Amino acid sequence: MNNMLNFIAGVGSSFRSKMTRLGAGTRLFFLILIYSVDSFKRIGLTIREIYFTGVLSLVIIIVSAFFVGMVLGLQGYYTLEKYGSSEAIGVLVALALVRELGPVVTALLFAGRAGTAITAEIGLMKATEQLSAMEVMAVSPVARIIAPRFWAGMISMPILATIFSMVGILGGYFIAVLVIGVDEGAFWSQMQANVDFSNDIVDGAIKSIVFGFACTIIALFEGFDAPPTAEGVSRATTRTVVISSLAVLGLDFILTSFMFV
Amino acid sequence: MERTKLDIWVGIFVILGLAALFGLATKVGNLTSNNIKDTYTIYAHFENIGGLKPRAAIKAAGVVVGRVNSIIFDTEAYHAVVSIDVDNRYIFPKDTFANIYTAGLLGEQYIGLEAGGDMTNLAAGDLITQTQDAVVLEKLISQFLYNKASEEE
Repeated sequence: MNNMLNFIAGVGSSFRSKMTRLGAGTRLFFLILIYSVDSFKRIGLTIREIYFTGVLSLVIIIVSAFFVGMVLGLQGYYTLEKYGSSEAIGVLVALALVRELGPVVTALLFAGRAGTAITAEIGLMKATEQLSAMEVMAVSPVARIIAPRFWAGMISMPILATIFSMVGILGGYFIAVLVIGVDEGAFWSQMQANVDFSNDIVDGAIKSIVFGFACTIIALFEGFDAPPTAEGVSRATTRTVVISSLAVLGLDFILTSFMFV
Repeated sequence: MERTKLDIWVGIFVILGLAALFGLATKVGNLTSNNIKDTYTIYAHFENIGGLKPRAAIKAAGVVVGRVNSIIFDTEAYHAVVSIDVDNRYIFPKDTFANIYTAGLLGEQYIGLEAGGDMTNLAAGDLITQTQDAVVLEKLISQFLYNKASEEE
């Protein structure tokens, strides 16, 4: 009987602490919205963060996009060739990238490349009491540190996902047309006939904006909430990657089931 | 890093993103290819539309001249009413034939228009009276088997 009560109490306390964290995360989001006006007055801060989260992620995004596109081209060709419709390779590569792989893989890489950096930086600032020092000087850490990083993530993520899709399609083009020798005209024209701008491309962009929001807010909150110790920061960084990845995959399923009926 | 160099890199980043979006819109998507803007709507009745879908192509002599706008089922006459958006540049005589064809063996279905010889042309809101339904494979096979059976008797 006592074991049973302990078990129920354990479930209750873990649920309560998760809800508390969710509430604190939502509170941080509204604080960011309130302090955004202040941080936009010094737009240079946001531009600096776009450089660190966006521009510096370009290399890994472009390289992985090219390889993902090449693999899609190869694998798609082997299967489609059996049905004698290897010209449809362009459609396959483009739809797979624009609808799913572009936003999702970019978000996973973004969480690993930029999200961890944000969490570790903010966690370390907290551990070395830089955030407290700012508050003492009557500078809001949300306006000075958090909000610019939030908007930088929201702006960078859709741009990175768009670049990922385009580079991936070029990778597929490289394998299918230049290496295997699928007809170039059929490759592009079938793609244009089957990829719809307002459905496929815009829906992919909406996905990337949602993922950008999820990854950035999770990274910021984990950093802001990290215990101010070396161990706390390292755990927070790990949690950022795990929670961001799960959130992206879960959100992707929900968004896909709404968008492409 | 100094401010201007930072701005340049972020500028390159944003321009690269816009270029990728432009590439997706024009080269990959269909934003430019179906530039059918000004259209007039005509209607056609079919007993069976097969697998025809909204936004399917309307072709005349193989050239795309329009798109299927909507397909509804008429509950009074029990047939499908297909509304067709045809580009304003193309006019067709009143006795135009509308057939549902299949692109290739397994491809998607489209409507083929074959012009007749009437002197008056179809205007917006007109009805195409001569139509031919989609070929349903099951019907074709059962017809074939029926003929085969009657031959043997």
